[in-house]
Amino acid sequence: METVLTRAGWWLAALLIAVVAMAAAADSGFAIHMAIIALAAFIGLWVSLGRTDYGALARGFLRTPANPGRYDDDPVRWGIVATVFWGMAGFLVGLYIAFQLAFPVLNFEPYLNFGRLRPLHTSAVIFAFGGNALIATSFYVVQRTCRARLAFPGLARFVFWGYQLFIVLAATGYLLGITQSKEYAEPEWYIDWWLTIVWVAYLAVFVGTIVRRAEPHIYVANWFYLAFILTVAMLHVVNNLDVPASIVGAKSYPVFAGVQGALVQWWYGHNAVGFFLTAGFLAMMYYFVPKQAERPVYSYRLSIIHFWSLIFLYIWAGPHHLHYTALPDWAQTLGMVFSIMLWMPSWGGMINGLMTLNGAWDKVRTDPIIRMMVMALAFYGMSTFEGPMLSIKSVNSLSHYTDWTIGHVHSGALGWNGMITFAAVYYLVPRLWERERLYSLRMVNWHFWLATVGIVFYAASMWVAGITQGLMWREYGADGYLVNSFADTVAALHPMYIMRAFGGILYLAGACVMVWNVWLTIAGKLREEKPMSDAPHDPEADRPIAVLAE
Amino acid sequence: MANKRIDEATDTETVGHEWDGIEELNTPLPRWWLWTFYLTIIFAIAYMIAYPAWPLIEKGTEGMLGWTSRGQLANEMSVADQARATVRERLARIPIERLPDDSDLMRAAVSGGRAAFKVNCVQCHGAGAAGSKGYPNLNDDEWLWGGDLRAIEYTLVHGIRQHGDIETRFSMMPAFGRDGLLTPDQIRDVSSYVLTLSGKEEQSPAASRGADLFAANCVVCHGENGQGLREFGAPNLADAIWLYGSDREQIAAQIDNPSHGMMPSWSGRLDPVTIKMLAAYVHSLGGGEDFVEVAADPAIEVDEQP
Repeated sequence: METVLTRAGWWLAALLIAVVAMAAAADSGFAIHMAIIALAAFIGLWVSLGRTDYGALARGFLRTPANPGRYDDDPVRWGIVATVFWGMAGFLVGLYIAFQLAFPVLNFEPYLNFGRLRPLHTSAVIFAFGGNALIATSFYVVQRTCRARLAFPGLARFVFWGYQLFIVLAATGYLLGITQSKEYAEPEWYIDWWLTIVWVAYLAVFVGTIVRRAEPHIYVANWFYLAFILTVAMLHVVNNLDVPASIVGAKSYPVFAGVQGALVQWWYGHNAVGFFLTAGFLAMMYYFVPKQAERPVYSYRLSIIHFWSLIFLYIWAGPHHLHYTALPDWAQTLGMVFSIMLWMPSWGGMINGLMTLNGAWDKVRTDPIIRMMVMALAFYGMSTFEGPMLSIKSVNSLSHYTDWTIGHVHSGALGWNGMITFAAVYYLVPRLWERERLYSLRMVNWHFWLATVGIVFYAASMWVAGITQGLMWREYGADGYLVNSFADTVAALHPMYIMRAFGGILYLAGACVMVWNVWLTIAGKLREEKPMSDAPHDPEADRPIAVLAE
Repeated sequence: MANKRIDEATDTETVGHEWDGIEELNTPLPRWWLWTFYLTIIFAIAYMIAYPAWPLIEKGTEGMLGWTSRGQLANEMSVADQARATVRERLARIPIERLPDDSDLMRAAVSGGRAAFKVNCVQCHGAGAAGSKGYPNLNDDEWLWGGDLRAIEYTLVHGIRQHGDIETRFSMMPAFGRDGLLTPDQIRDVSSYVLTLSGKEEQSPAASRGADLFAANCVVCHGENGQGLREFGAPNLADAIWLYGSDREQIAAQIDNPSHGMMPSWSGRLDPVTIKMLAAYVHSLGGGEDFVEVAADPAIEVDEQP
């Protein structure tokens, strides 16, 4: 009873602070955000005080199995549902803004113009889809590879819900026009502070679980997860050092200005790619690929060397986003050479993933989940070659500011991050909900082909668009004058923009197939179909060592 | 480490650890991987010696090649400037009236003007110079202020309705409705009359009432038959070209409370040669007119623009 009262007291305090902040708000956007926080606190208060067993309701709604295993998998289950949900939201907005670029009439002022929807898309796919996938899989993987239950189960739940609140605040903020205008770091100061709290809690849960491990060594996936969590914390805090204009207003001013601000921003921006989208997802790869292939990891030595070289080199590569700008030449040089040295360390992850299939290559034909993982690793290898290439100054002078960059990012994001996440979701759903297998493995195959063809359309059209754009911008006529106006280049790209949107339609269609498949798997249905191969699962062995010993 | 074993499929020894069923092979680093990694490091070191790289206390190292991005830009710009220098000098010397006599120079001027137009003019006049509502089409042969090279250059230099430039092109049609000079009924009648000028409407009682009002209020600028008067920048109302729209509502609105467009005076923003080139380009678009006084003298051959 006492704990219920204490908890309710905290929720009430949060509710009151949010209401006061809402009443005193300096701008309407901040007031709306405080209302959202007040609503969240009210729901928390309601759940703490209510007699209804909300946990049971949620378990019924999510069809949690009766015997939910011996690991603490509730946050993982929620995280997988959130991953799929936010993924669909992010893909849908992405498709819409692709159409906006092809047909500007689709911009609706002020809430639905490209400028506000674009960060909604990038944050939804990177932080909501990717972030939930990383948090959920890290909670799953760290328990299995440490043979221990999550440390601080309450804190783990706070991490999940706190992160969802961050996503809702960020997303609504973009539509309301609340932004600090830093790419991938658009949320304003109070949302940044909230995320910092959530992230420190995440670090505590993760490190706490590693400390409690029953294995003598820490598995390589956990090194990558830990590098991801620690570095993202550092990047987030430094890039969001700013002074709020008012403690009850949304606006703030950054501590770093001018070229220093730009350098800090791209140190952050590049390492968001490096540690969020590369290190974090390599961690997923290091667990799910060997599990699904049922093969040992190719090389322990390679995993050590490429881990340390990757995290040492990545952090210096950011200045390559600022070639030929006010950034001093020496910093541009360092950004470029560190990017080039990064090529092999990045490829170490691809080699270790692909060569893990040695002795099991036949599964690429028979197991659609393995096929997805192989395609993810292939796109990972391609974009980590393309990245160093684009960082070379002479290449960059053509490619910079063009759609080539967009194509590069999407071959990585759709191909690598998307595919490896889909594969992990397909691996996890039957295990987390204790189903015999997925509703349909054949539908995984459909998803694979729709996504692959979609990426090919996307990447190919953006390569052509980017190189066309770069060449047209720099084209000089015989008389020594620039040949094209900016509007000429936009007109030339129109067909490519339509092809890109078509690729997006295919990718989204594949994701819809996934939603259907995951939904029916959770519902406990099995599609009658010609079987395909899949990795077996032994629920009896899936438990912490302490329990095993009982 | 007791669990080391040889993996059958690859004939490689495992490291001996196991996590949730995952083992690791003790495969050595692939040689091609390691050597490519070394090569990229050697390239990086060589590049850092050749180019500015290391931050020191005062400034960064400058590199053996002495390269700077500012230096490269200055070089490329000066090469491009030098390539254009002769043409620019000749353009600076020649009076614009004489430009059509020199086909080569005229062609060079049009080409430079096309480039400058794409940077400075397309925002209002459109990429094809076809204009839009409120922004004149520069391809047709209707000119508010004159369409020979000198008139176009004058418009470019001084702009339209620019405060602060006493020589700017300036016209101000009265707001007949807003200022109570005409009643709404009268504006309807004048609109009817204006529409008959270009044959868009048939004669009607309203139009003949409008004709009287037109004679009293509009003829002074737009002329007897509404054919316009360049001296005042008053448009021709008897043709098919309309700056603010040709339907009844748009014409009535323009009489009621007219829009007055502006164009910057470019004299402070662009150099005289660029302005001359812009004039040549706009003149070449299709509606360029010959000089009246030059054309009148049969001794001078006129280089007609297509």
